[in-house]
Amino acid sequence: MPDVTLVQAVNLAAGRAMADDPTVVLLGEDIGADGGVFRATDGLLGRFGPGRVLDTPLAESAIAGVSIGLAAQGFRPVAEIQFMGFAYTCLDQMLNHAARLRTRTQGRLTCPMVLRMPCGGGIHAPEHHSESGEACFANVPGLRVVIPSSPSRAYGLLLAAIQDPDPVLFLEPARLYRTPRETVADTGTALPLDRCFTLRDGADITFVGWGGVVMDMLAAAEVLAGEGVATEVIDVATLVPLDAETILASVAKTGRCVICHEASLTGGFGAEIAARLAGPGLLSLLAPVERVTGYDTVLPLPRLEDAHRPSVARILAAARRGLAHG
Amino acid sequence: MSTEPVVQFKVELTRYVAADGTALPPLPAFAEDRALLAGVYRAMVFVRAFDAKAVALQRTGRLGTYASSLGQEAVGTGAASAMRAEDVLLPSFRDQAAQLMRGVTPLELLLYWGGDERGSDFAGPRQDFPISVPVASHIPHAAGVALAFKLRHEKRAALCLFGDGATSKGDFYEALNMAGVWQLPLVMVVNNNQWAISVPRSAQSAARTLAQKAIAAGIPGEQVDGNDVIAVRDRVAQALDRARSGGGPTLIEALTYRLGDHTTSDDARHYRDDTAVTPHWHEEPIARLRQFMLARSTWSRAQEEAALADAAATVDSAVDLYLATPKRPAASMFDHLFAALPPALASQRAELGDA
Repeated sequence: MPDVTLVQAVNLAAGRAMADDPTVVLLGEDIGADGGVFRATDGLLGRFGPGRVLDTPLAESAIAGVSIGLAAQGFRPVAEIQFMGFAYTCLDQMLNHAARLRTRTQGRLTCPMVLRMPCGGGIHAPEHHSESGEACFANVPGLRVVIPSSPSRAYGLLLAAIQDPDPVLFLEPARLYRTPRETVADTGTALPLDRCFTLRDGADITFVGWGGVVMDMLAAAEVLAGEGVATEVIDVATLVPLDAETILASVAKTGRCVICHEASLTGGFGAEIAARLAGPGLLSLLAPVERVTGYDTVLPLPRLEDAHRPSVARILAAARRGLAHG
Repeated sequence: MSTEPVVQFKVELTRYVAADGTALPPLPAFAEDRALLAGVYRAMVFVRAFDAKAVALQRTGRLGTYASSLGQEAVGTGAASAMRAEDVLLPSFRDQAAQLMRGVTPLELLLYWGGDERGSDFAGPRQDFPISVPVASHIPHAAGVALAFKLRHEKRAALCLFGDGATSKGDFYEALNMAGVWQLPLVMVVNNNQWAISVPRSAQSAARTLAQKAIAAGIPGEQVDGNDVIAVRDRVAQALDRARSGGGPTLIEALTYRLGDHTTSDDARHYRDDTAVTPHWHEEPIARLRQFMLARSTWSRAQEEAALADAAATVDSAVDLYLATPKRPAASMFDHLFAALPPALASQRAELGDA
């Protein structure tokens, strides 16, 4: 069982899905001979040929749109967008068409496609290459939004996304592409969608987040453990449909919650989780819900991007504010 | 310095029947098939009757906003009549003529425009797409359907219909370009009715023709008289044959005219003088084909009366069925959101009851 990075896990899952299901096809910019700008599809052109791995012209909206046509015809397209900042032109296709096709036709035509892409900052990439636009897509009924935070979850969740009969936006945190490594058995076993993953049990405070910040939440939890505070760490993994039960059950136990995400604060998906806590979770709360997020600014260029993203220090500060209550 | 011509192109316009019904030989072989032409004629008569009834229903509060195809019946009828059952149609919101020709029922159309999703669950052409309301965004889907045919080595083609306004959109260019690169079995037909709501063709593009936009994508582009159903059918049939046999995509600009409002929500008198419309009534497709057939004695006044009566009766019975169709239970809006309703949505659905 190899130690692999997250991007290698994506490659393993894509290759496994293609080997297991001849209707799985990959398409995107530079995904063939180049293996993708992050090498997520490295070697797959050679293994499966140009009829299964299609280099497209530079046209993101059509990449999403062509995938819809393929999916309606019984293929399972897995389309790559190079960076999330270039996926906003796909929002029209995903919102107006992919997410609605099943409802619009009462199940006559369906859209089992995956639109996958790197997201988030932390790799000092150029402007528009570090976006966290998940909330834009999470407000689209009929579309799943999935974001793994480790190689094994990337492998299992991508397999699940490809096997799912409905469209999935699959976000891969670019900061985690190359590190850490994890042992991933290429068994073809999918992980469940629509479920949170509780990565660490604790009775004192709950951390909820997704993507790149999960690593920071785990680091903060480790610091708190040294101080005798037991932190429950939840990787949301599938933003929609949201597994609110797992989050509410955790906060029922801890009474305190810090929500973390890289995207900016206002209208971020953390607001949805905070609203659930303020609703059915209200009577469990011993402290105000804390949100540690990107600021409501334009995402800074790389010199300042680390100051924009939630840090371990900011997560710890929020946790300590919560722990000071009751 | 040296300059040399690198590429030149021409765009041809095809017409077989003049505006007054005069034949312009040589005609395609199918023009001698009187049964076929009578069928095409009846289909155009039917869609005109259907459109008129749909507008009337909207005016009396029994149908939602509706986009009539008045004057453009030959585009969809001719194009879809050239298709085979196994081809796939990807229509826009004014393409009821093509949909009816494909076997979508008048009841289904009324249900859709009356606000019921069941209207897009076609009993007939199961793989045809529902209409696209967002302009041009369905053209990439058509490229995807065509790509599916190509990857499976099937001798099928996708036919995509859209308006002149769509050719200004990015999705049009992206799909056109991709279809060219991959030589997809795709035929794109522009219903150039000269108006995108209030914007005339002259303000939509500085290009002399819309067909020439194909040249930039490396694929054939041509114009056809969109009020001459024989010409539309002939050119689309040839493009579909080429597509099915590996010859790649085609863009066909069908020249026609929107004799009515954009939709029932529009009043074209705000931006278009009625006197500008009048001359176009002398070019409309139904009278043109009727004159053509009458002159060749392949159509009679009695057949005309029967066609009109049949159309009216069929429309009326569809309207009766439509008006008698109860709306679905509210909770049904969750039924096809996903293949299986995620547990996270169960409580929302429960608010709307169990039905």
